Amino acid sequence: MTKEEFTKMKQELEAEYLAIFKKTVAMHEVFLCRVAAHPVLRKDLNFHVFLEYNQDLSVRGKNKKEKLEDFFKNVVKSADGVLVAGVKDVDDFFEHEKTFLLEYHNRVKDASAKSDRMIRSHKNAADDINRIASSLYTLGTQDSTDLCKFFLKVSELFEKTRKIEARVAADEDLKLADLLKYYLRESQAAKDLLYRRSRALVDYENANKALDKARAKNRDVLQAETSQQLCCHKFEKISESAKQELIDFKTRRVAAFRKNLVELAELELKHAKGNLQLLQSCLGVLKGNT
Amino acid sequence: MAASSDRNPPPFPAAEDPEPGLTEPADGDSDEGEDIFVSKTNPVSVSRGVSQPDRGGEDPPDLFGEEEAGSTTAKSNGVHSDDDNDLFAEAQVELSTDKPGGSAQKELSASSTSTQSPAAMQPTSLEQLEEEEAKDSFDVDVAVTNPEKVGDGMNAYVAYKVSTRTSLTMFRSKTFSVRRRFSDFLGLYEKLSVKQSLHGCIIPLPPEKSVVGMTKVKVGMDDPSSVEFVERRRAALERYLQRVVCHPSLLQDPDVREFLERDDLPRAVNTQALSGAGFLKMINKASDAVNKMTIKMNESDTWFEDKFQEVEAEEQQLRKLHAVVDSLVNHRKELCGNTAVFAKSMAMLGNSEDNTALSRALSQLAEVEDKMEQLHQEQAASDFFIFAELLSDYIRLLGAVRGCFDQRMRAWQRWQEAQSTLQKKREAEAKLLWANKPEKLQQAKEEITEWESRVTQYERDFDRIGMTVRKEVLRFEKEKAKDFKSQIMKYLEAMLQSQQRLIKFWEAFLPEAKAIA
Repeated sequence: MTKEEFTKMKQELEAEYLAIFKKTVAMHEVFLCRVAAHPVLRKDLNFHVFLEYNQDLSVRGKNKKEKLEDFFKNVVKSADGVLVAGVKDVDDFFEHEKTFLLEYHNRVKDASAKSDRMIRSHKNAADDINRIASSLYTLGTQDSTDLCKFFLKVSELFEKTRKIEARVAADEDLKLADLLKYYLRESQAAKDLLYRRSRALVDYENANKALDKARAKNRDVLQAETSQQLCCHKFEKISESAKQELIDFKTRRVAAFRKNLVELAELELKHAKGNLQLLQSCLGVLKGNT
Repeated sequence: MAASSDRNPPPFPAAEDPEPGLTEPADGDSDEGEDIFVSKTNPVSVSRGVSQPDRGGEDPPDLFGEEEAGSTTAKSNGVHSDDDNDLFAEAQVELSTDKPGGSAQKELSASSTSTQSPAAMQPTSLEQLEEEEAKDSFDVDVAVTNPEKVGDGMNAYVAYKVSTRTSLTMFRSKTFSVRRRFSDFLGLYEKLSVKQSLHGCIIPLPPEKSVVGMTKVKVGMDDPSSVEFVERRRAALERYLQRVVCHPSLLQDPDVREFLERDDLPRAVNTQALSGAGFLKMINKASDAVNKMTIKMNESDTWFEDKFQEVEAEEQQLRKLHAVVDSLVNHRKELCGNTAVFAKSMAMLGNSEDNTALSRALSQLAEVEDKMEQLHQEQAASDFFIFAELLSDYIRLLGAVRGCFDQRMRAWQRWQEAQSTLQKKREAEAKLLWANKPEKLQQAKEEITEWESRVTQYERDFDRIGMTVRKEVLRFEKEKAKDFKSQIMKYLEAMLQSQQRLIKFWEAFLPEAKAIA
C-alpha cells in the first residue's frame, strides 16, 4: 500500500472509532445522570462505590449459569405478564398508561429499526462516494492534461464531501437512532414496572380473597391478615412510586427528544452548509479554470 | 400551431407533463408525481453544453410548441441566436429542438427536451482543420423527443420525433422533423460504419439493444421501470445524434441527411439480431479478432502505439468508475426507500405521543424526512442520468476509438499483402524471363504494373488513414474533455442545489424542535 493510501485508511479508521466512542460516551453519561437524579437510586451504595473508588472495579461478567437463569426468568416473566395483563386496573391513570405505553413501545421499536436501516444506506452511499473519489484520482494521475487536472480537483471535492456525508450519517445515528433505541428500552422498562405493579395488585387481590376465605372458615385468620396487609402495603408503595416514575418518564422523554431533535437539526444544518460551501468553492475554481 | 393544446392522451401516464424545465434544476420537474426520471431528464439532457437557454417568450410555430407552450423553442431560439454570434468565437455546435414539421399530429406531450450539446468543434492541431472550422458554420441542432408507442402487442415499437434546425444550405429547409424508430438509428449507424470507418473515422455509437426492456414496453406495462427505460433510450439516442452531427465529415454524409430529412425511411432490417445480416456480422467480428491476433504490425510511428495504450488504460479506469457510480445509484435508491418508510414510522410515533408539542415536532420531522426522500430520489436520478450515462457512453466510444486503430492496422495489412504479392509476381516474371516464354511474360508484366499501382494506392490509403485517425483522436479527446467537464459541473451543480434545499428543510424544522416544551 502506498503511503497515501495508508494515511487515508488510518484517518478513516480513526473517524469511525471516534464516532463509536462518541456514541458510547453519550450513552454512559445519560445512564449515570439518570441514576444520580433518581431520589432512591442516588443513595445506593453500589453507585457511590462506582463513582468514588479510584482503583479498578473488576466487575465479573455473567457466567453461563447466570445467563441461563436470566433466560428462564425472562420466559417466566413474559408468560406471567400475559396472565397479569388481563386484569383491569381500578386506577384510571395506570390503565391509561398501560395502553399508551404498549402502543408507544411498539411504534418506537418500529421507528428505531427503520432509522437504523436508513442510516446504514446513508453510510453505504458515503462509502461509494469515497470509492468514486479514489477512482477519479487514478484517472486524474494518468497524465497532466487539462482534463486530468479537472479530475483531480473533482476527486478532492468528493473526498471532502464524503467525509461530511459520513459525519452526517454518524450524527444522525447518534442523535436520532440512539434516541429511539434508548426510548425503546425505556418504554420496555416502564412496561416492566407496570407489570410488577400488576403483579403486586394480583397478589393483593389474591391475599384479599384468601383472607375472606380464612375468615369464612375461621382458620389461620391472623396469618391471612398479615399477608394481606403486607400485600396491601407493597401494592400501595409500588403504586405511589410507579406513578411518580411514570410522570418523570414523560417529562424526561419530552426533554430528551427536544434536546436531541434540536441538536440533530443544528448538526444537519451545519454539515449541509459546510457541504454547500465546499461545492460552491470547488465549482468556482472549476469554472474559473475552464 | 398554437392550437396544439389539445393533445391526445399519452400512453405513458407518468410522462405526461410537458415541463420543459431543461436547464432548470429539479425544482421545476420534481413536482411531477411518480416519475421523477422522466421529468428529470429535462435538466439532464439539456446542458450537455454551456448554453443556458432562458425560457423566453412563446413561439407558436414550434416543434415543441406542439407539446408545450413552445417554451423550448423560445429557449432554443434564444440560445441559438447567442451561439450564432459566438459561433466563430467558440466554434460551438448547439442543439436544441425545434420546429414545426407539421408531422406528428398525435404528438405525445412526453418530455420534450432540447439538448444542448456543446460538442465544441475546436480546431485540432492541424492548421487545415482550423481554417475549415472557421469557414463552415456548424449550425445544426438536433433533438429527439416524444417517444410514442405505435402498434400493438409484439409488433409494437416506439417512435421518436427527431427534429432538426439548421442554417446549412445542404438541407432542404431550415427546420424540420421526422419520426424514427430505434432500428432506424441502428441502421444509420450500420451504414455509416461501413462507409466511414474505412477512412478511420470514429463513429459515435447508438445505444444498445435491449430485449428485456423493449419487451416490457411492447407488452404495454406502463410501470416506472419501462418508462425509465424509454427515457434512458431517448436521451441516449439524442446524444448519439448530436455526436453524429458534430462530426464534420459525418455531417456531409448523404445518409445522415437522409436520416434527418426524409419522411419515410426504408426499414433497416439488417439490424435485427436474429437476421441473416446479424449472423454475418458475428462471423465477421470473429474473423477480425483472429486476424488481429495473428498479425503484429511493426509500428513506425510510436504516437499510435502510445495512444492505443492510453485508450485501453482509460477504458479500464472508466469501467471501474462506472461500476462504483452504479453502486452509488443503487445505494441512493435504497436510501430513498428506507427514508420513506422511516418517515411513515415517525408519523405514527408522533400520533401516539401524548405531549402535543412533541407530537407536532415528530410529525414535522416525518415531513422533513419525506422531503429528504424526494431529494434523495432526485439526486439518484442526477447521479444516473448525468454521471453514469456519461461514463457508459464514453466507455463505448473508447471501444469505437480502438476500432479506428484497428482499421488503420487493417489498411497496413492490405498494403503489406499487396507488397508481398507484388514481390511474388516479380519473382514469377524473373522466372519466366529465364525460361523465355514471351506470351506469359507479357501477362506477367501487366500483372506487375497492376500490382505496383495497387501497392502505391494502398500505401497512400494507409498514410491517409493514419492522418485521419490522428485527427479524429485529437478531436475526440477535445470533445471528451469538454463533455466530461460540462457534465460533471452540471452534476456538481445539481448536488449544490440539493444541499441548498436540504438547508431550507432543516431550517424550517429547527424552530419546531425548539418549541417542544
